[in-house]
Amino acid sequence: MKFRPAGPGALLVEVDTLAEVRALHAQIARERARGWAPALMDVIPAARTVLLDGVTDHDAVADEIRSWSVPPHPEASGQLVEIACRYDGPDLGDVARQWGVPPERVADVHSGLTHEVAFCGFAPGFPYIAGLGGGREVARRDRPRAAVPAGSVALGDEYTGIYPRTSPGGWQIIGHTDAVMWDEGRDPAALLRPGDRVRFVNVTP
Amino acid sequence: MTGESKRAIRVSRAGALTTVQDCGRPGYAHLGVPRSGALDAPAHHLANRLVGNPPAAPVLETTLTGVAISAECDVVAAVTGARAAVRVGGQPARLGAPIRLRRGQLLEVRSATSGVRSYLAFSGGLAVPRVLGSASADLLSGLGPPRLASGDVLQLGPIDETGGRNCCVLGELPAIAVPAGPASAPAGNSVPEPVRLVVHPGPRFDWLASPGLPVLEDGQWMVSPDSNRVALRLAGQPVRRRRGELASEGLVCGAIQALPDGHLVLFLADHPTTGGYPVIAVVDPACVSACAQARPGSKISFRLASGRT
Repeated sequence: MKFRPAGPGALLVEVDTLAEVRALHAQIARERARGWAPALMDVIPAARTVLLDGVTDHDAVADEIRSWSVPPHPEASGQLVEIACRYDGPDLGDVARQWGVPPERVADVHSGLTHEVAFCGFAPGFPYIAGLGGGREVARRDRPRAAVPAGSVALGDEYTGIYPRTSPGGWQIIGHTDAVMWDEGRDPAALLRPGDRVRFVNVTP
Repeated sequence: MTGESKRAIRVSRAGALTTVQDCGRPGYAHLGVPRSGALDAPAHHLANRLVGNPPAAPVLETTLTGVAISAECDVVAAVTGARAAVRVGGQPARLGAPIRLRRGQLLEVRSATSGVRSYLAFSGGLAVPRVLGSASADLLSGLGPPRLASGDVLQLGPIDETGGRNCCVLGELPAIAVPAGPASAPAGNSVPEPVRLVVHPGPRFDWLASPGLPVLEDGQWMVSPDSNRVALRLAGQPVRRRRGELASEGLVCGAIQALPDGHLVLFLADHPTTGGYPVIAVVDPACVSACAQARPGSKISFRLASGRT
């Protein structure tokens, strides 16, 4: 476990695996329920890190976390959500090159993989859907786009993401979906949540 | 309560981008919900104090070209933040002081002559529906009320008679602490050129090639025109950083990412909650309001904070 200050008010805790992130995040939630670190404003789990925003004494917080014995987090068996995807994105060629397949094969490869939502972030309803391990990881673009359209299905590292609304982004866009990822009038507002399994269905015309 | 007609203001000229802002939505970042809120927090708080509101009450935040509103009721207003000419019924009025508006009077904030964002507080505060506890318009996620359009009518919250009178007792004003920081000074100061920002090491400062963080003190950057409430995009001599990929991780306000091409992105209140480019430095919280008031084309220079972070 590594502790990396993120400026004077935050601490980034780095671990080796996504499973460790889930376990640590659950432990932090239990400690907070017992009144630990009341000044914390946000706790943000991600791929290999948990960010604690609202930390004044980095060393004291790090010492306390080191002293915890963190039990492993049980594997969730989430609901299965199907996402209808048109594989017509502008970066199909780049992804095909990285995967060493012809562009017309990207849809088959992607929709044939097993996907699971690892965590949410970046924007409300934006899921980091793990599933590109084992050599299918994708390098991001050198410069992010200023505006990625809502519904874009895009790849970055070991994840597939779906943009809930138009926003800046550096991932490689392989397709589009009409699924509404975030709706404040819906409960829950987010269509995909951590632990959900995802099947991408190829509906390219 | 006043016994008059509905307490409200009407937007006569919305300006380039005027939004409702308060202290934002802390506590929801793990769902991907940005913090949002007023970019220049000291100016937001000061505007509210000048009209007798709680510091966190919703206000208007303008962008470069100001705003004009007409009062639908008698109301006390205050304008803080960017330097800009203020007119009430065509007559000059003061920045950083309570302004009495009579029903029907026009309050104009002209284009900013230095800084970017003005804050307009109204006694009683803007009565805007809250989303996840906040009235802030979040331009990244789309949460909160839409940006203002000309003709919009915004309701104001109630004021009690005591609070409404006290806010205009000018003799009390010296007791109000005007926050330090050039961008928030109500009058007489302008944002200096270049904008000097104190920075701390970020969680990924070790992604910088030699000489590491001091490269920030050696260079000078310029605020790009595509900067917004999400981030300042900084153009300058590209920094040299390690190639490779970093797993997406949580971001704080003021985080400075180094892009693969060596350009810098400095995140503001509407920043995404996570990102995948290395955060090499974090702007000191006391300097975030200066970032909020840095105009496109402004020069930016960095100074490393002394001591540990």
